[in-house]
Amino acid sequence: MDKTNSLPRRAYKFMIYIVCGFLVLLSIAPFWIMFINATRNTFEIQQSAIAFFPSDSLFDNLKILVGKSFNPIKGFTNSMIISGGVTICTVYFSSLTAYALVVYNWRFRQPFFTFIMVIMMIPAQVTSIGFYQFMYSIHMTNNFLPLILPAIAAPTTVFFMRQYLLATLSIDIVNSARIDGAGEFHIFNRIILPIMKPAIATQAIFAFVGSWNNLFMPLILLTDSDKYTMPIMVSLLRGDIYKTEFGTIYLGLSLTVLPLFIVYFMLSKYIIAGVALGGVKE
Amino acid sequence: MKRKGVNYAKYGYIFCIPFVLAFLVFSLYPTIYTAIIGFTDLKGLGKTDFQFLDNPFGNFELILNNPSFQKSLSNTFIIWILNFIPQILLALILTAWFTNNRRKIKGQGVFKVMFYMPNIITAATIAILFNSFFGYPMGPVNSLLQSLGIIDEPSNFLVQGWTAKGIVAFIQFWMWYGYTMIVLISGVLGMNPELFEASDIDGANGFQTFFFVTLPNLRTILIYTLITSLIGGLQMFDIPRLFLLGGPDNATLTTSVFIYNQAFSGSYMYNRASAASLLMFFIIAVLSGFVFYIMRDKHAAKLEKEIRIQQREFKKALKENKKMGRDV
Repeated sequence: MDKTNSLPRRAYKFMIYIVCGFLVLLSIAPFWIMFINATRNTFEIQQSAIAFFPSDSLFDNLKILVGKSFNPIKGFTNSMIISGGVTICTVYFSSLTAYALVVYNWRFRQPFFTFIMVIMMIPAQVTSIGFYQFMYSIHMTNNFLPLILPAIAAPTTVFFMRQYLLATLSIDIVNSARIDGAGEFHIFNRIILPIMKPAIATQAIFAFVGSWNNLFMPLILLTDSDKYTMPIMVSLLRGDIYKTEFGTIYLGLSLTVLPLFIVYFMLSKYIIAGVALGGVKE
Repeated sequence: MKRKGVNYAKYGYIFCIPFVLAFLVFSLYPTIYTAIIGFTDLKGLGKTDFQFLDNPFGNFELILNNPSFQKSLSNTFIIWILNFIPQILLALILTAWFTNNRRKIKGQGVFKVMFYMPNIITAATIAILFNSFFGYPMGPVNSLLQSLGIIDEPSNFLVQGWTAKGIVAFIQFWMWYGYTMIVLISGVLGMNPELFEASDIDGANGFQTFFFVTLPNLRTILIYTLITSLIGGLQMFDIPRLFLLGGPDNATLTTSVFIYNQAFSGSYMYNRASAASLLMFFIIAVLSGFVFYIMRDKHAAKLEKEIRIQQREFKKALKENKKMGRDV
């Protein structure tokens, strides 16, 4: 490979960096404009909609924002409760189901796994009418439970957890715990769950973010404004009440992006690794 | 596993109970309920009692002949295609660049993090953010295009149907190409490194290696990406709903937005929305059946490959033995 450093090669490599740099800019720019405009007032934004440096209207915008129906603290709290509940349900019960699929030798083990593969792709959205009518008839609309409990059956996570257990768990650990007289539930909670920590961390991130960003189900189930989640709060910014308050709209959007940014840049290593693992479903 | 007096199999059943219960109550029952509503006269806010229609397929006929539904179906496919083709092409190019052994690209970790970032941001937020960007007469996009001298006067992009469709497709593309790229890269990294060594030794250049070694081996993952993206695309809701509320003139109305509008705004036509949901359900079921088939196929292919490798090793061993025999 004596040509490695020839001029066309270097030019080509340079072009790759230019393209990647442009794509990075494309990822950052919308959020940069959003954060900057959150600190500017309507007049400034109407004069020129793009600025590189923040202005001084952040608190005025905040005052207008919370003066109307947008309540970031309530939205944040509600979303936290729902997403936290979903995350716990998803990782705990998926681990439990995966454990049952790997460790125990029961008659319907293989058919059950096939069944999980089959239902993996069914989206909740196409069954939403029946779900809504069912919840309405048992007076569970405006309640967080219908948004949390379905997470107990998360086929994709079970699939992932099963692959992880197959690769890492040695049955000797389970057997030696049995000899020590530990019960099956105890073994799962005290020995297996700690072993699964890396897989649980990855799946917890995805369960949390997925639930946090979900708009459809909360939108049809929650009609009481005290129960609104963050994405529903966001959708209020689209309404007439903030029509000309550009800075305020940008600020409201920024408040919903900020926590996700913090989580993402803290955990990006695990998230990227998780995407890579989840993509190649083997 | 051996059974030593204690029968552990029952725990297999016990540990699966929560999953099965949650599935039955929150997934299977609503599915059947949705299917039943599709054959009834259930409509109106707060109503739960219904009667079956005299013509059982009445709702389906109405939906299939509904111009808005037809439009939403074609919009969904158009927007999906406009987003998927550039997305898969860019993801493939980036994969080729990032997995080339000879041309080590620095900062790949940072690039991956940045490209994937839009995917984890709330889609509702992104829809409204882009709606603000295309503001008329003053919005960031108009300012940018004017200062670059591309347009002379501000343009109201959001009243033109095809432009609006294009922007929705662009948002989807922008949110998902990073994801697709990471999946493809992990697919390439999962391939047998001997393949690349062999093509290196044979003197193949980067393009040849990519087109004749990488791409054919990525086929399964590419089809998997295609179909899962299509299933995801059929459920596109947040962006088209909040970006332009399905407008202008239904140009960004997707099937999910159509179902939502039928059921939960204005007319509360639960029966028709259910019929439309059921149609979507069948399309998605067929597509997932296809994914399932491919993934099974992959396992079979893997097994075959292993057998072939074993046979090769076996033949090699035989040859070695013969050679040794001759030497002795």
